[in-house]
Amino acid sequence: MPRVTITVDGARYSDDVPARTLLVHYLRDQIGKVGTVVGCDTGNCGACTVLLTDPDGVPRAVKSCSVLAVQADGTQVSTVESLGGDHPMQRAFHEQHALQCGFCTPGMMMAAVDLLRDNPDPSDTDIREGLEGNLCRCTGYQNIVRAVRAAAAEMRSAPAAGSETDAEAAAVANGVPTDASADAEVKV
Amino acid sequence: MTTTAAAPTVEIGRSRLRKEDARLLTGRTRWTENITLPGMLHMAILRSPHAHARLTKVDVSAAKNADNVVTAFAGADVAETQGVLACAWPVTEDIVMPTYTPLAITEVRHVGEPVAVVIARDRASAVDALELIEVDYEPLPVVLDLEAALLEESPLVHSDKGTNRCYTWVFDAQAAGSGAAMPETGEIMITRRYVQQRLIPASMEPRSVIVDPSGGGEITVYSATQIPHVLRFLLAATTGTPEHKIRVIAPDVGGGFGGKLAVTPEEWIAFAAANLVGRPVKYTESRSETMVSAHHGRDLIQDLTLYANRDGTVTGLDVKLIANMGAYLGIVTPGVPLLGAFMYNGIYKFPAYRFECTGVFTNTTKTDAYRGAGRPEATYAIERIIDELAVELGLDPMEVRRRNWIKHEEFPFDTVAGLTYDSGNYEAATDKAMQILGYDELRNEQATRRVNQDKVQLGIGISTYTEMCGLAPSRILGALRYGAGGWESASIRVLPTGKVEVVTGTSPHGQGHETAWSQIVADQLGVAFDDIEVLHGDTRTSVKGLDTYGSRSLAVGGVALVMACAKVREKAQKIAAHMLECSPTDLEFSDGAFHVMGTPEASKTIADCSLAVFTAHNLPDGIEPTLDSEATFDPSTFSFPHGTHLCATEVDTETGEVAIRRYVCVDDVGTVINPLIVEGQVHGGVAQGIAQALFEEAVYDEEGNLLTGSFADYTVPSAFDLPEIISDRTETPATSNPLGVKGVGEAGTIAATPAVVNAIVDALRPMGVRDVPMPCTPERVWRALKEVAP
Amino acid sequence: MIPASFDYIKPSTVEDAVNALAEAGDEGKVLAGGQSLLPVLRLRMAAPALLVDLGGLPQLRGVRVEDDAVVIGAMTTHAAVASDAAVLAGAPLLAQAAGVIGDRQVRHRGTIGGSLAHADPAGDLPAVAVALDATLVVAGMDGRRNVAAKDFFTDLFTTALQPGELLVEVRVPRLEGWGVHYAKVNRTAQAWATVAVAAAVRRDNGSLAEARVALTNMGPIPVRASAVEAAIAAGEGVEAAASRAAEGTSPASDTTASAEYRAHLARVLTRRALTAASAF
Repeated sequence: MPRVTITVDGARYSDDVPARTLLVHYLRDQIGKVGTVVGCDTGNCGACTVLLTDPDGVPRAVKSCSVLAVQADGTQVSTVESLGGDHPMQRAFHEQHALQCGFCTPGMMMAAVDLLRDNPDPSDTDIREGLEGNLCRCTGYQNIVRAVRAAAAEMRSAPAAGSETDAEAAAVANGVPTDASADAEVKV
Repeated sequence: MTTTAAAPTVEIGRSRLRKEDARLLTGRTRWTENITLPGMLHMAILRSPHAHARLTKVDVSAAKNADNVVTAFAGADVAETQGVLACAWPVTEDIVMPTYTPLAITEVRHVGEPVAVVIARDRASAVDALELIEVDYEPLPVVLDLEAALLEESPLVHSDKGTNRCYTWVFDAQAAGSGAAMPETGEIMITRRYVQQRLIPASMEPRSVIVDPSGGGEITVYSATQIPHVLRFLLAATTGTPEHKIRVIAPDVGGGFGGKLAVTPEEWIAFAAANLVGRPVKYTESRSETMVSAHHGRDLIQDLTLYANRDGTVTGLDVKLIANMGAYLGIVTPGVPLLGAFMYNGIYKFPAYRFECTGVFTNTTKTDAYRGAGRPEATYAIERIIDELAVELGLDPMEVRRRNWIKHEEFPFDTVAGLTYDSGNYEAATDKAMQILGYDELRNEQATRRVNQDKVQLGIGISTYTEMCGLAPSRILGALRYGAGGWESASIRVLPTGKVEVVTGTSPHGQGHETAWSQIVADQLGVAFDDIEVLHGDTRTSVKGLDTYGSRSLAVGGVALVMACAKVREKAQKIAAHMLECSPTDLEFSDGAFHVMGTPEASKTIADCSLAVFTAHNLPDGIEPTLDSEATFDPSTFSFPHGTHLCATEVDTETGEVAIRRYVCVDDVGTVINPLIVEGQVHGGVAQGIAQALFEEAVYDEEGNLLTGSFADYTVPSAFDLPEIISDRTETPATSNPLGVKGVGEAGTIAATPAVVNAIVDALRPMGVRDVPMPCTPERVWRALKEVAP
Repeated sequence: MIPASFDYIKPSTVEDAVNALAEAGDEGKVLAGGQSLLPVLRLRMAAPALLVDLGGLPQLRGVRVEDDAVVIGAMTTHAAVASDAAVLAGAPLLAQAAGVIGDRQVRHRGTIGGSLAHADPAGDLPAVAVALDATLVVAGMDGRRNVAAKDFFTDLFTTALQPGELLVEVRVPRLEGWGVHYAKVNRTAQAWATVAVAAAVRRDNGSLAEARVALTNMGPIPVRASAVEAAIAAGEGVEAAASRAAEGTSPASDTTASAEYRAHLARVLTRRALTAASAF
């Protein structure tokens, strides 16, 4: 079995995994990150969206059901847990009533965080287009768009806002490239 | 003493942020799939690839011997213990009710029907071992077409029944005494056929179940269900396990939309499997399994005849439906189209009405409740055909509606379908909606585009709807031969420190009951919003309940809550009087406390009383030392939300693409507990209504394979596919319950579909188009234009 | 669902990758971005014995400009292609099409090489490669060979790649001064193209002198709309030229659309793409 070392939400994990293990199943079943959920088997719903660093170390939204755990070896992954609990995106989703059943919410927020990294001041159309890979069946998306707009405004005015308990993971969530050597120091 | 939150203001009507959100926003949610129990095993299900076949061999021996596999079995192995799946709604005396076993035993009747099962240490091993099961299928003729299925020579879905007709149910207003004879002819007679395509509810959380038999005779079932109480009752009724030994927990449930108003083969199979192996067994379906196995919705043919006079007065409506049941009957399958029977008259007053529905079996996944259940279909039909009447008369479609709808001063109004609408104000909602939309300006723009023969035409669609919700008065359900009542239960537990636990029989899965119920109880008891905890979804704490569907939770469960609170106040009043050394009749309850009339500074709160009953040192004689209470509410009638939805679409006459330019809705859902939640329900409902109009359809090929078996093919719209929804309200309180509330969960879905399709057809009227079948895909719009092209 | 078991290697040289693929033959499958492959494996519609992950080949990532071509490594993601300055300057049609593939997350993982080698008739990039006369560079046991895009796609999900061959880079001739447009109709934002049209036009003294047009999902493989191109070259107007867009095509009928409608869309979208490209 291949061995993988993946930094998830600031903590480093090392495991032998069957090659066929999907990243989302690794996150959920092996290391207990059950905030990331599976909503389909074709890569359409986006409920499993997490941030995964690309080869240049930039965190990018990906569907963790369409990535093998072995492909994530050596990367940093940020799940909804990396947002802490008081991230501007979480606050905005709460305040704008952007969730009902909440199943799509972690993936939706991670996709939105990713969008704002590329486009800190998106129009409503930009937001709708940016979230086209995430399905929600409850909200009709309207309040999600509102929330992302509100979070964007807050993050523009206070770019450092985010988790206080896990600065590294928050940095990843906010789109700041990080180097792996920093992980050990911020492990919580 | 613990601290108590600041004294409440009035909670009802406040846009309280939701209590539920914290765990959902941080990923600390208890989805069934997130639960792991000691010793838990995993189940995988082998499903039929044939729409209709005889099982001549099911051999699980190789699978049984595979690594990590604990056991494997087929239907025949558990024929005695697996129980059956019940249909709770035998709508007629002579309804055909096929036996519905969780695992097929001798014959499969739709693609996806469970055939055999593997129980293994881990999910991957269970799925791997499915490939080792050998099944021989002897294909049988497949029945798919609704009308062909009713012909004498049709092959049969259930050969032992001798027919594919499940039932024919008739409502004749004249016979029922609520209407007159159907006109034999009329000045105007319009006949139309509409087809409600098959939809898939598609909550984002797939269904999931864990059965844990390891509790000393007690069996605990965790299920992603809307109906934990019904599930418990039916498990007991059909498996032989005593009801008191079954505990059902619906943990956090990720949406339902009727799709989880079900008792499922998978729940029953997991129940049998866990009992067989004596260990917890988990099953979570993949999305592609959901698509073929979980029930679908809609799927019926509507033939309508509308009679009217030249002055625009509707004189009668005749409705004939053929409804697809699928291969088996789910819990309320036969009744779903009949929920529409009372709604085809919509908001209109006309004297004659007849409704007939024939249910038909086919070799497809069963249908059952999907958001709105019967009422979207009815609303679609009446709102489409009223537009046709307007065209016939050369009138603006809104004018025809005005000439026929019930005026606000005419409530309460006895409808031709035999219901009494208690309240409503269609004029107010419509005026507001037209003003927000800019109806007249858009009509002007439409005229200009028509004159200019623009490639992109503008259409305005109207849907003035009402619906019946708050399922349901038990007596009416009984008269309709439904197998259960429609009451709801609530109980209040006042803790010694004055905090309150509310137990509800409703079972939320995204609706925000924890928040809204807290608001209601806060006002009723004068306890702070944050000092209230709402408990639900576990039959051990919430012993009695009929769960959440049919926009019933607030209109029925919310009223039960008010009644339970009244009992708490009644008890507390006696205790407060004792402490204040006055007569209970000297006290009034206001601002969260009992005050002595005339001496308002002498007062006691519920918290004061709860501490008094806890110590019980000094209670009046004959008073039980508790404030706790329980109440059950059985509504005497339905509630009738209504509203006006307006949709402006731009239709590209070259490609057939439709873009919604502006969507405005004004809904009247009575008194609003939490405007934020109500708005959210409307948004989501409208989105699903638009999805039916434009995007979604479950499609079978001629062999009965579901061609839209994943989210890659069943096109659930994303944010980029849907418009901004401009929503507003009018507020006409219901007179049928003390809260004045109606329902809101289904309103958007019921209203939106005809608004969108009417808008598309309106855009294309000048070219001669009078219908575009749903979903109105670019190709279908293009085809509709092509068919009428000169 | 969970994929069936497979062996997995992540070579660090192209040579090793090619050797592994050659050895595995039909049982081997290349894992590039995995955005099409992983769903297929999850649904168990395929069960290869070996996956060769190209994620360890940084030499296949990135864009460079060589002479008259923009050269894009096969493992360059759609997101990178869509935003790369050299692509935007020298092959803007490719950037435009890469920017509308799937959704954001898919574009972060999916690669140009994977998309071309997958050869989905509804995929966006094959038609663009054909329209732009791209050259696909293929590595094999015997070294490298160049395959013209028009020869690369041979059938539904089938390419000129032989067992043991790997698509390593895409060379797109630079088209500076041309107007381009990619026009696409799909059922929902993240759905595959019902039909799409890739168009590039060159103007001469303000009038249309030359057009290159290729069609997505108008048959098992992407096709050049030769009749349209000839008509433009012969000086016909856009409207007349576009009316020939469906000539020689063989679109499928499926749950998304009928062949007849696809042919109609091809004509309308070709007109729109040519018009938009002319105004570029």
